[in-house]
Amino acid sequence: MSGKIDHDSYSDATLRNLLNSVKSVAVVGASPNWNRPSYFVMKYLQDKGYRILPVNPRAAGEEILGEKVYVSLAEIPDSFDMVDVFRNSEVAGAVTDEAIALKDERDIKAIWMQLTVRNDAAAARAEAAGLQVVMDRCPKIEFGRLNSELSWGGFNSKVISAKRRKVRIG
Amino acid sequence: MSPKQDKAAEPKFGFETRMIHAGAQPEPVTGARQTPIHQNTSYVFHDAEHAASLFNLQTFGFIYSRLTNPTVAVLEERIASLEDGRGGTCCASGHAAQLLAFFALMEPGDSFIASNRLYGGSITQFGKTFKKFDWRAKFVDVDDPQNVRDALTPDCKAIFVESLANPGGVVSDLEALSSIAKDAGIPLIVDNTMATPYLCRPIEWGADLVVHSTTKFLSGNGTSLGGCVVDSGNFDWAQNDKFPGLAGPEPAYHGLNFYETFGDMAFTTHAHAIGLRDLGSTMAPMNAFQTILGCETLALRMERHCENARKVAEFLEAHPAVAWVSCAALPSSPYHALAQKYLPKGAGAVFTFGVKGGYEAGTRVVENCEIFSHLANIGDARSLILHPASTTHRQLSEEQQQAAGAGPDVIRLSIGLETLEDLIADLDQAITAASR
Repeated sequence: MSGKIDHDSYSDATLRNLLNSVKSVAVVGASPNWNRPSYFVMKYLQDKGYRILPVNPRAAGEEILGEKVYVSLAEIPDSFDMVDVFRNSEVAGAVTDEAIALKDERDIKAIWMQLTVRNDAAAARAEAAGLQVVMDRCPKIEFGRLNSELSWGGFNSKVISAKRRKVRIG
Repeated sequence: MSPKQDKAAEPKFGFETRMIHAGAQPEPVTGARQTPIHQNTSYVFHDAEHAASLFNLQTFGFIYSRLTNPTVAVLEERIASLEDGRGGTCCASGHAAQLLAFFALMEPGDSFIASNRLYGGSITQFGKTFKKFDWRAKFVDVDDPQNVRDALTPDCKAIFVESLANPGGVVSDLEALSSIAKDAGIPLIVDNTMATPYLCRPIEWGADLVVHSTTKFLSGNGTSLGGCVVDSGNFDWAQNDKFPGLAGPEPAYHGLNFYETFGDMAFTTHAHAIGLRDLGSTMAPMNAFQTILGCETLALRMERHCENARKVAEFLEAHPAVAWVSCAALPSSPYHALAQKYLPKGAGAVFTFGVKGGYEAGTRVVENCEIFSHLANIGDARSLILHPASTTHRQLSEEQQQAAGAGPDVIRLSIGLETLEDLIADLDQAITAASR
């Protein structure tokens, strides 16, 4: 499986299918501070109906957006579909390995690394284990882009379509 | 030497497809195919939490039309797409776009370098009005890149040029200027009004920000004032400490760092959430709609504008009563080679000429025209004629007028879409009558 996915560019269909299939996201590096990027993403995804599961040892025991903060992925008692990594590219490797080890037990399907986070070796290990990997992207931006919300801010979504889309109110 | 290639995964749609479709999917609630005119000031929140998320910039959505409006947003995405940029911010006029572009970059006491051949209104805005903010414009002859390097100082925050300058057919060497800006760690800002993204896409040559007066060719019919700032999304605002407004804590948003939070969307987010919010120079929704309609035919119009302009310029150059013609489409222009590189589809539709007999004969030509409208605008479907030294470039000194290609004998033409033979006949009779 590895080596076939072009991590320089993902098709809209790839990202849309992933975001449509995922329901719960463990966010590693989740900040309890409202003006941090991870908080922005968690708040947005939660508003769109995703369950977010914050992971941050330094905020363990606290709550973020009404959800308990966990020390590690392994500590999360429930299953979750995707891991969203708000750590640097090197640490993302260790996070990926933890997710691979837990993938069957927690039913994990995908690993998403945030903008500027990219670890090709880790991605190859995850893909060999059957996980889907997206790197150097933001799920909030991609969800907004593919659902025309990014366009509201004057951004170039690169989406061209004459189809009437279903409304997802947020 | 070739422009930067796009690396998107999706098939890249052609220019003509994007000029009609970009930013404007069918309206999802009603199915309306044409973009609705949202003549509306304010937007209802779902609840207090939704309102808080919007005010914190945590979610996408509309609050108040001074910041964003759904009709204006369609035009913003349309122009950003045509320029291959990351995002666009529309505003009330081209001058508003210039203020908005610099507002994010400049602190009091900062300077920037600008071409001394800019449109006269820009020279006045930069040289006089910007002084009141303690922003210092340094005008240099950018034809020699060494002049730009020599003018660089630590407080310099940008280089500003026109891709094709109004009025005299001056073409900027964008690639060379971009390289100087990159070395200095500052953005290159390009006014692309005269060229439009159909003829030139400055971002492909390394520009970081592109500004427009959408009043001109983009709207195309002389109906609607407007401006736009397009951000390439390519500039690293944190590479040095020159841009605290974008890469430092923002006091008006409780210390939010725009570049860290919004990445390549930082400039466009800032331009709406801080720039339009506090400068208030919003584009009217009706003007956005008119300009959206203009964009739908941009490529077709520019082809005819350029063809008519080149043929009128050739006619004038051969006319015995004409002293000179300054048009980058002509091989006689010193900017012809640069035009072939940066404007291969045509050198625009605005150029200047002078008749034998100087100022007096020139003003008589302007007054003798029947089809050319004597007014201060460019980029209309109608052909326009003007004497810049007594009008658009009147606030400049004679030295500045000469540098800007707007000396006492200069006549500016903006060639429209009328029948070519009628335009040539009108100028011919006007020049002949003036030379008697």
